[in-house]
Amino acid sequence: MDTRKITEITCPISISDYPEITMAHGGGGRLMNDLIGKIMLRVFSNPILDARHDGAVIAVGEGRLAFATDSHVITPLFFPGGDIGALSVYGTVNDLAMCGAHAKWLSAGFIIEEGFSMETLWRIVLSMAEASMKTGVSIVTGDTKVVDRGKGDGIYINTAGIGIIPPGIDIDPSRITEGDAVVLSGDIGRHGMAVMAIREGIELESTIRSDLAPLDSMVRDLLREELDIHCMRDLTRGGLASGLNEIASMVDSSIRIEENLIPVQDEVQGACEILGFDPLYVANEGRFVVILPRENAERAVEILRQHDSGRQAEIIGFVEKPQYADVLMTSSIGSERIVDMMSGEQLPRIC
Amino acid sequence: MKYVSEYRDRESAIAYADLIRKLVTREWSIMEVCGGQTHSIVKYGIDQLIPNSVTLIHGPGCPVCVTPIELIDQAAEIAGFENVIFCSFGDMLRVPGSITDLLGVKASGGDVRMVYSPVDAVRIAAANPDREIVFFAVGFETTAPVTAAAVLQAEHLGLNNFSLLVSHVLVPPAIEAVLSGEDCAVQGFLAAGHVCSVMGYTEYEPIAEKYGVPIVVTGFEPLDILEGIHMCLKQLEEGRADVENQYLRAVSRDGNRAAIEIMRSVFEITDRKWRGIGRIPDSGFSLRERFAGFDAGKRFEVGSHEVDEPEICISGEVLRGNKKPFECEAFGKECTPERPLGAPMVSSEGACAAYYRYRLSRKR
Repeated sequence: MDTRKITEITCPISISDYPEITMAHGGGGRLMNDLIGKIMLRVFSNPILDARHDGAVIAVGEGRLAFATDSHVITPLFFPGGDIGALSVYGTVNDLAMCGAHAKWLSAGFIIEEGFSMETLWRIVLSMAEASMKTGVSIVTGDTKVVDRGKGDGIYINTAGIGIIPPGIDIDPSRITEGDAVVLSGDIGRHGMAVMAIREGIELESTIRSDLAPLDSMVRDLLREELDIHCMRDLTRGGLASGLNEIASMVDSSIRIEENLIPVQDEVQGACEILGFDPLYVANEGRFVVILPRENAERAVEILRQHDSGRQAEIIGFVEKPQYADVLMTSSIGSERIVDMMSGEQLPRIC
Repeated sequence: MKYVSEYRDRESAIAYADLIRKLVTREWSIMEVCGGQTHSIVKYGIDQLIPNSVTLIHGPGCPVCVTPIELIDQAAEIAGFENVIFCSFGDMLRVPGSITDLLGVKASGGDVRMVYSPVDAVRIAAANPDREIVFFAVGFETTAPVTAAAVLQAEHLGLNNFSLLVSHVLVPPAIEAVLSGEDCAVQGFLAAGHVCSVMGYTEYEPIAEKYGVPIVVTGFEPLDILEGIHMCLKQLEEGRADVENQYLRAVSRDGNRAAIEIMRSVFEITDRKWRGIGRIPDSGFSLRERFAGFDAGKRFEVGSHEVDEPEICISGEVLRGNKKPFECEAFGKECTPERPLGAPMVSSEGACAAYYRYRLSRKR
């Protein structure tokens, strides 16, 4: 495609629909998927990007690399269970792990607002260093920009990372087959509700801690055992529901899960009840799903449970032949419902 | 007791469904008034557990859905004014007016803030004396007392930069509007538990008597709703039409007297237009004359114009319980939660949105 032609493509999201970006376009739901699908993928389309994995998988000589990027714009910068520094490292390391890659090198880009506390910056950088050490990645290049006061939210951090995919690993959603099991690595909704509770000043009896954690060591242990993993996905924005919908939309199958098997901490459930949220859609930062042959699922759960953030791993459902929706759930009382992708972000209810 | 998980227990739900099956001898239609109950019914699949001879009709009890489009336009206009901080509950932000929604106003630079309580808006007003703070006061009798408390607090603090765009609505007149409709198929009601926790249920007693319909004050968890349905059907089968209380753990007959008092001191009853239904006499609250200074409608010069609902949309019939969302031609096609045509698709508690989210077939 030459440049002249590219500029002639008209914007596919009609101006009458959304003349401006709204917060919902970043919420991890259908609007964000539309934005990526109709604007980014359409213009940038190439086989690596079109695979729509958590990271790009690139063949280099005999081997394969994974390449991923993630930007972090969180308020507050420090929250129970983590901070923007650790988050920025684990975010990219986890995306790489979902491709089956060992993260090796990271870049770090800082956009800092004029007047930002030097001491706070130092704490964030130390936290990044600690997170890198834990996951065995090196931050090998970076960039720093300062913007005028009022033009940034304290600090934004972007990281990009490269990891190496060991030979023999073939994680590819197209290998998902009917009968595969869906394994969830732990309880859901903690990160989103931990941040929400602080940001909105919601006082709860006990503090909810973010589930922020590196997933690389769990993934490494899973891959070591030749469990024939077909797909992995970390459950960040949009939560478990969006992650499963993204997977199911890429294959000609449906996924059925069981509500009573999905672990949710009491505090998280309680905070969700107060706000009218569904924990299925709340963000996580240390949880992922693994789709693999049914006969290997019990073993995967055993392996995950040996890790701190995998103690509550469960088989929550199975892949089925295509049904009337991508993701179905047996509700707590035994009836059936669709688990749809959210439109934008969840908004607290009036009553 | 956690007051949540035990009301979602599968074995008890199945046991209740069995009781209902044994009780029912003919076809019955029951309306759950409140959108929160509709949401639970569709989300948990309660309607799949009960016999086919029992039809659940979804009522007009979603305050977000029934807020008239003209008022949303007014809210958007006020929110766009230079010096205004516009505060609203979260789920009103996405409700489309005829031109834009509040999130759109925010994207264009308006200062629109989501709050959890009108009292938060008062706090913002106290902290920003140079700005005009407007709160979008939406909701049934459940949220009205807190709005009233916010007005009294603002008065107490002597704030003159705080005002409200009031759209509070009342449940009993809506039930009467449904019952007096020519084609009303509703034979019994589940009343909204949270509304009754404030108001009690004495005001439903004359309605049950006048129209000969049983009314059961019901909670929101699956077992609450199944028990409410069972109590309502038992009355119908026995030919009774009483007001009964399923939601004993939250509701007393006289309600919360302090809340009622504070509400009556700030608001008076007025006619209100309900989106999708039309004007219902004596169905809402407006500020009493003494508090006129807090009325954003009077404080700001905003246009008021009638807006017609799209012709294809059958939201009025859905809100009155005459049709199910699936019976609408536009459902899931021209009308989706991203681009709603009518009221019940706009809020997550609207019947159309609940069906879209939990029921509509969408696999390619």
